[in-house]
Amino acid sequence: MTKSEIEAAVFAALRQIAPEVDPTAIDRELPLRDAAEIDSFDFLNLLIGIQERLGVEIPEADYRRISTLDSLIAYNSVFAANTAPFPPLAYPPAES
Amino acid sequence: MPSLGADMQRGVLGHWLVKPGDRVSRGDIIAVIGTDKADIEAEVFEDGVVERLLAKPGDELPVGAVLATIRGDAGPPAPNEPSAPAPPPAPASVRASPLARRLAAEWHVDLASIAGTGPGGVIERHDVEAAAKHVPPPEPARPGASEPSVALSGMRRAIAVAMARSNWEIPHYYLETSIDMRTALAWLEQANAVRPLKDRLLPAAILLKAVVRALAIVPELNGHWVDGQPRSSAAIHLGVAVALRQGGLIIPCIRDAGPRSVDDMMQGLRGCVERARSGRLRTSDLSDATITVTNLGDLGVEVVHGVIYPPQVALVGFGRIRERPWAEDGMLGVRPVLEATLAGDHRASDGRDGARFLDALDKLLQKPDTL
Repeated sequence: MTKSEIEAAVFAALRQIAPEVDPTAIDRELPLRDAAEIDSFDFLNLLIGIQERLGVEIPEADYRRISTLDSLIAYNSVFAANTAPFPPLAYPPAES
Repeated sequence: MPSLGADMQRGVLGHWLVKPGDRVSRGDIIAVIGTDKADIEAEVFEDGVVERLLAKPGDELPVGAVLATIRGDAGPPAPNEPSAPAPPPAPASVRASPLARRLAAEWHVDLASIAGTGPGGVIERHDVEAAAKHVPPPEPARPGASEPSVALSGMRRAIAVAMARSNWEIPHYYLETSIDMRTALAWLEQANAVRPLKDRLLPAAILLKAVVRALAIVPELNGHWVDGQPRSSAAIHLGVAVALRQGGLIIPCIRDAGPRSVDDMMQGLRGCVERARSGRLRTSDLSDATITVTNLGDLGVEVVHGVIYPPQVALVGFGRIRERPWAEDGMLGVRPVLEATLAGDHRASDGRDGARFLDALDKLLQKPDTL
């Protein structure tokens, strides 16, 4: 799966919970929950939507690694081919 | 016409989903009701056969007016005359649900240009949403131009009425406490580690469960103020304030929250939030809340000083869980801390009751495995 396909899937999941948000226009380095004005409930639904599209089940322990749109796409780019429920935590590297 | 809150005086029948002769069962959705806040799916509360439809789509009726008669499976037929005189239908050259009208006004969509797809051609929310995609954004105001006056939307008006009534009638008292959430969050993390995404719990679920348990200890806070007297409720119907993406808020309730487990509470919360945000709330979602919980922590708020939703007698507020220095047993550490507040109606309870409630809430959250 290409990065653009991953991005399209993430954008589609985001549009589903925040239809008025244009994912191409939000600041990709800001915390996603601030940039898209989504709450914890929306965030969980976003991850469920991504899982339905890409098969990636992101463990709660990795939430801090997917705080921005860019990091969310990068994370899924690594694990999209791995449909195991709890992928290893080696990448992306933890924030220092 | 069902009452969907103390602030609701009238409602508009959007459309029927049944016709005379149809068999209905308890819980079936039989009509869509338009209110100032949202379009609501009206449920039926008994089994039977639809006898007569007394109201027409577009009719604006007072709360309590009979919309239809249903012949029950047992007992005599239901009355077939309206209990309250129905006013003439609201004049409307365009037939649209109130929610559709509000959205059309906000998004500058001309209702007259839309063909409604609802029964009888009624314009519904999705018709407006589809049309809005083709409407150019309004021109920005010219520098120096005076601000245009903006009419209050139906939802804003409804909130204004309820909150003004609350501040006018209810002598509020406020209490606040800081709760160490380390144990509760650790429990949550452990619980979620072995759950698939769809079954994961949010902190809100354990907070709501703790509220319910604390209300069992201090029942004075659960109920209504009616006819000059407090009326505690044996059942706990938990109103949950849900912010809508288009603005405003709505307070669906998790009914019979008392016996619910934390998982069941999460499912109830999920159902309420999803139906509220998709415009598919049911009458049972909006009836009879006995207390309201508002959680503004997601928006970065640290402390919530809420306004009680009449005729309820208390409101619980939760702010953001954030790391703070925490002194305990002579040691200073860092803990995730939640600011919990209680707004109480001083006619129905005293500060001591509120203090007991917050103390119980704190103690319960220190033992999340017992919730």
